[in-house]
Amino acid sequence: MEKEYTLAVIVENKSGVLAHIAGLFSGRGFNISELSVGETENPDYSRITIVVKGDNKIVEQIKKQLNKFIDVIKVTDLSNQPSVHREIILIKIKAPPSKRQEVFQIAEVFKGKIIDISQDTLTLEVTGITEKIEALISILRPYGIQEIARTGRVSISRGMSK
Amino acid sequence: MKLTGALAIVEALHKEKITTIFGIPGGVVIPLFDALYGDKKINMVITKHEQGAIHAADGFARSSGKPGVCIVTSGPGATNIVTGLATAYMDSIPVVAITGQVPTAIIGNDAFQEADTTGITRPVTKHNFIVKDPNELTSVLKKAFHIAKTGRPGPVVVDIPKDITTSEFEFDYPEKVSIPGYNPTVHGHTRQIKKVMDAIKEAKRPLIYAGGGIISSDASSELKQFVKTTGTPVTLTLMGLGAYPGTEPEFLGMLGMHGTKTANYAVDRCDLLIAIGARFDDRVTGKLEMFAPHAKFIHIDIDPASIGKNVVIDIPIVGDAKNILKEMNKHAVKLDIKNWQNEVSKWKKEHPLAFMDDELLRPQYIIDQLYKITKGDAIITTEVGQNQMWTAQFYKFDKPRRLITSGGLGTMGYGLPAAIGAQFANPDSTVIDIAGDGSIQMNIQEMATISQCMLPIKIVLLNNGYLGMVRQWQEFFFNKRYSATCLKRTKGCPDICSNPGPQCPQYVPDFVKLAEAYNAVGIRITKKSDVQGALRDAISTDKAVLLDFIINPEENVTPMVPAGAPINKMISSKEDAEAFLLA
Ligand SMILES: Cc1ncc(C[n+]2csc(CCOP(=O)(O)OP(=O)(O)O)c2C)c(N)n1
Ligand SMILES: [Mg+2]
Repeated sequence: MEKEYTLAVIVENKSGVLAHIAGLFSGRGFNISELSVGETENPDYSRITIVVKGDNKIVEQIKKQLNKFIDVIKVTDLSNQPSVHREIILIKIKAPPSKRQEVFQIAEVFKGKIIDISQDTLTLEVTGITEKIEALISILRPYGIQEIARTGRVSISRGMSK
Repeated sequence: MKLTGALAIVEALHKEKITTIFGIPGGVVIPLFDALYGDKKINMVITKHEQGAIHAADGFARSSGKPGVCIVTSGPGATNIVTGLATAYMDSIPVVAITGQVPTAIIGNDAFQEADTTGITRPVTKHNFIVKDPNELTSVLKKAFHIAKTGRPGPVVVDIPKDITTSEFEFDYPEKVSIPGYNPTVHGHTRQIKKVMDAIKEAKRPLIYAGGGIISSDASSELKQFVKTTGTPVTLTLMGLGAYPGTEPEFLGMLGMHGTKTANYAVDRCDLLIAIGARFDDRVTGKLEMFAPHAKFIHIDIDPASIGKNVVIDIPIVGDAKNILKEMNKHAVKLDIKNWQNEVSKWKKEHPLAFMDDELLRPQYIIDQLYKITKGDAIITTEVGQNQMWTAQFYKFDKPRRLITSGGLGTMGYGLPAAIGAQFANPDSTVIDIAGDGSIQMNIQEMATISQCMLPIKIVLLNNGYLGMVRQWQEFFFNKRYSATCLKRTKGCPDICSNPGPQCPQYVPDFVKLAEAYNAVGIRITKKSDVQGALRDAISTDKAVLLDFIINPEENVTPMVPAGAPINKMISSKEDAEAFLLA
């Protein structure tokens, strides 16, 4: 059965590693739906959060292939454990002065911030889980979306477990 | 001790006990070749093409169990080894390829002979490195050899920019390696091993299906002990041939597309399939859903990603085959499987691999004679195609590391350079390349290497005038439309031709003259009655010999499982194929 899986992959923080991992997905015909990368608490390592859609068998194979890479230190399947997920969206919409008030209210409901304003556009920053981001987008769509930048989710397990 | 990077590489190679290296120099590796010049411990073999160098390194590794090494220049030197890396990668062969790179300061500038070697080779290597800091050079080399040899072995590329080889630094070769992301599991889980032994004791029709993993873990004697104690029948993959003696009664032959009927029937009937160091490749399994339909599956492999990749496994064990078989042997007992053993022996008697013993010069006869004359004691390399399958079927391999063949990638042009590597690793052995007339031309230039190194390699060329294996598929499945497979074809030939005969043009090249041009002995054999003599003479001389056997052009490899069919559905002729296509 197709499902969404979130994998946290700790890798050596050096050039070529991300290309290698991306190559695994394309070479073996797996699809990445979201990807984000950043340094970890240890500057020698980076953390890659990958969201993939697939059935259990495919995802098991992906995990094993990732683990096989010498530059991969650890693969954690966050879909199997309590975890917290966040994504940031920056969304620029058409908003002439007459519409601004409405948009400010929406931003407030979504605990977002207005981070840029021009003659007829507004840019909002919102953090949240995917569903919240999707809801925001659909509410803002009628105003006319000019541009969207999303980070892809970052995820971490809950509590002390490592 | 302060050394230049180039000398440090040579010193590191000494520490790794490397005695033979294959390669070709070029601009950025001149300092490295300079450091190797006149080295007393390392025999630097210059091939004629980098593909020859990497296949030779691979043949060296397969025939000796030690890592093979090649050194090539940047850009075209590096891109020329890609096929060889992929060949070694698919068959899990430990090869370390050192590639030169343009100086660090100009990497990324499209410099002369620059190629993104690590980028290009990443999908076909177990791992690769680029050394950008001279202080990392020795630890990277240590890691490269460690990674190539351990776990599931494989090729590793070390890309070294020119300035790294010329800068000076303190030489220190690490004794130990620590790679946080690399820690292969070698010991099988005790509880899993117990489960396996319980399953084996319960089985009524157990079958061992073993592959190249037995050879890379040197587990042949453990496998033999297990089989002799329990009485379990054994089938082997192409890569596994020799892992269990081909002449022992428990051996059913190779399985899969060109396997024996006995092996494929046994797979179809078994109730427990014990896969060891094999990977359920599609050439082995045929139609996956119908593979061993009555069996419970055990899979023992060093690579966790191999387990469960193609089939669902009931009892997996991750670990080194040798360790695990040793443990299994402690609990092995004689199994009460007389009925199964009888059933299997009956198939063996009813369906031996056979060929027409008529007046035609048939390749199976040649290989059978070669087996008898060499007493099964030669190291055989093959090219790819029919020649390879006939070898697998008719030369009986009693020992591991005697069949050197490109299984996973099926690389034409592999056999001749691989024979060079095998001969260097085994100077006292008879090394024979069983070749096809198409494949051998892909690396024929290495005849010059053979000649210059005075290697006594023998080439048994099965010259059918065709890209035979493809022609066979065309005969069986494409209505005998021999598109692009005739090697004799010239401009004057009819557009459509499926009838080779006396009207055909002369073969180009003349392999006998070609052999002579390379200072080797060339002999053409057209009659069956000349086969024994020619083989005997060739084997007994210490010169390189090319035997150009003009074989029956439309000889086929049978039995054959059509691609995608269940493996018990074997065909032997065009008529069978037609019936199969209709069904
Ligand atoms: C590099 C490469 N190109 C193409 C193929 C496809 N191929 C597989 S077998 C074969 C024919 C080989 O002909 P030959 O060496 O004469 O061997 P034969 O089958 O006639 O014994 C071809 C073209 C391949 N395996 N490798
Ligand atoms: Mg041929």
